[in-house]
Amino acid sequence: MRSNKAIRSGDAAFKAITLVFAASIPLLLFSLIAVLLFWAWPAIRHFGWGFIFSSAWDPLADNYGALPFIYGTLMSSLIALLIAVPLGLGCAIFISEIYRSKTREYIALMVELLAAIPSVVYGLWGIFVLAPFSAAYIQPALKSAFGFLPFFQGPTSGPSLLTGGIILAIMILPTITALSREVLQAVPYSLRESAMALGATRWETFKTAVFGPARSGIIGAIILGLGRALGETMAVTMVIGNRPQVSASVFAPAYSLAAVIANEFAEAGTELNLAALIELALVLLIITIAVNGLARYLVWQTTLKS
Amino acid sequence: MIKKTVAIVISLVLIAGAALAVSLNGAGATFPYPIYVKWNKMFADKTGTQVNYQGIGSGGGIRQFAAKITDFGGSDAPMTEKQMSDAGGDILHIPTVMGAVAVSYNLPGVKGLRLDQDTLGRIFLGRIKKWDDPAIAALNPGADLPSKSVLIAHRSDGSGTTHIFTSYLAKVSTAWAAEVGAGSAVSWPTGIGGKGNAGVAGVIKGNEGAIGYVELSYAISNDLPVVSLKNRSGKYVKPSIASTTAAADGALGSSKLAKQIAAGDFRLDLTNAPGKDSYPIVGMTWILVRQKLADAEKGNALKNYLKWALTEGQQYAGSLLYAPLPESMADKVLRLINSIEIE
Repeated sequence: MRSNKAIRSGDAAFKAITLVFAASIPLLLFSLIAVLLFWAWPAIRHFGWGFIFSSAWDPLADNYGALPFIYGTLMSSLIALLIAVPLGLGCAIFISEIYRSKTREYIALMVELLAAIPSVVYGLWGIFVLAPFSAAYIQPALKSAFGFLPFFQGPTSGPSLLTGGIILAIMILPTITALSREVLQAVPYSLRESAMALGATRWETFKTAVFGPARSGIIGAIILGLGRALGETMAVTMVIGNRPQVSASVFAPAYSLAAVIANEFAEAGTELNLAALIELALVLLIITIAVNGLARYLVWQTTLKS
Repeated sequence: MIKKTVAIVISLVLIAGAALAVSLNGAGATFPYPIYVKWNKMFADKTGTQVNYQGIGSGGGIRQFAAKITDFGGSDAPMTEKQMSDAGGDILHIPTVMGAVAVSYNLPGVKGLRLDQDTLGRIFLGRIKKWDDPAIAALNPGADLPSKSVLIAHRSDGSGTTHIFTSYLAKVSTAWAAEVGAGSAVSWPTGIGGKGNAGVAGVIKGNEGAIGYVELSYAISNDLPVVSLKNRSGKYVKPSIASTTAAADGALGSSKLAKQIAAGDFRLDLTNAPGKDSYPIVGMTWILVRQKLADAEKGNALKNYLKWALTEGQQYAGSLLYAPLPESMADKVLRLINSIEIE
């Protein structure tokens, strides 16, 4: 039999080891921020807060601003969510609540297969299929239906903010669908049975007995999808048009933070150019952290209520 | 027994290590990557010297070379005086192969579009907005030009192709020089950015009325429609390997470039070269080396590699859709390579 002392020292070692593992994660995040700050410092010192609000991007004049990229990143992700959330949720609800047959497994499998396609493949498909299709059919249709809104005015073009949003929607669809489905299926079947026993219709059952418990999980699924949309690079740069401008119209070409970093990093000439690109990376990191923080808050709020 | 085996294995490893001792590392431009890979393999088979080249982009190539991470750099855009002095000075630009930039367009029914310097500049500045503009119509009598909007397609990634193209525009258009300038990445007045040659070609293919620029090799291998450009002699020339070589020959005839070459400076601007068969948008790619090398073994290997590339290596250029250097220039470059000092 081992002595108490040995057990205690074993516990201490166990505690120390797990502490190191646990500490390594925040340490990684902080070192990431520190390194980005260090390399971005020339640009931060040179442009100050003006960097965030400037629309200039001229490598020859060494004049840089982040506004069009921040706008492009947020707007393309928003468009992606507007499309993917109803579609993904609808698909998940159909699979888990309504279509209770064996073949639903195959539908779920196919949706999840979408997640396995490399983003560069989405990009090439986007540039050769989706972008021309968007210019020829989707954009004219939106223009004739909602042309009175400023978002749907102006000349159409294949590579555009809208096309970037659509490709992102397709890419985050499997994340949202698969996770929401898991969450819905985790809701105990007895809850549904109780609702039905009280005479609830299928819709009422879903609304009262299933959606409530699943809500925070579904928000989590949407936020994970949003996280992918914010950072996606290859597919977006192929179809967004890569034009640093802020335009109300979703038919106009735009640019995203991740895309400009990928495009210009390898050939960045001057020190300031490199620093400006790294400052963009810092901005992207901060946006991602902020979005995740917001998500935590939302999940926390909904869990508290229920 | 075990001891003996270990001894044999160790000595084998040491022998193998000694045979592979000389290896050279380079990184930079992606444009010449296919031919450098071919050269590296041929040269390794011939001499046993391993040459590694990573296509990370000209900007990164210059940075790594300046920081002495690599033995040589690769770049489509020459280093500026400041970059060279920051990197410690005494840097040689060794031209290896040449390429051209083709202007491609998407106008169904319009074949063999012709443009001159001024019109091309005004199109890319966004001043000419419709294809049936009188300026374009005057250059293309008989062509059925539609009243479609012009859509500019350009590279979104920093690129030597953009450097050559904008250098040409800055040379022939004062408005372009004043408002935009020349560089690997510029602030485009209008249009859509595509990533890489494939991205630009995709934008052109997907949009009627689009016009953009791609590497000649990409235009040839994908059979893209190309614009015939008016050269300095007033002739309309299509981009090709032959018209690229003609441009280099024409450029070498000019006294300004001859003077530059005599001074050992091969950062030659070959755009808008004289000569009746010269295609106007032509450039070269360089390997960057230091004039004084400390490591004798590596230094000699590097000199041999460069000499081989400029002589035997040139024959592989054509099949990979690059233009080889004119022989008269290659001879002068060899003299520059011989001037590299081993300390």
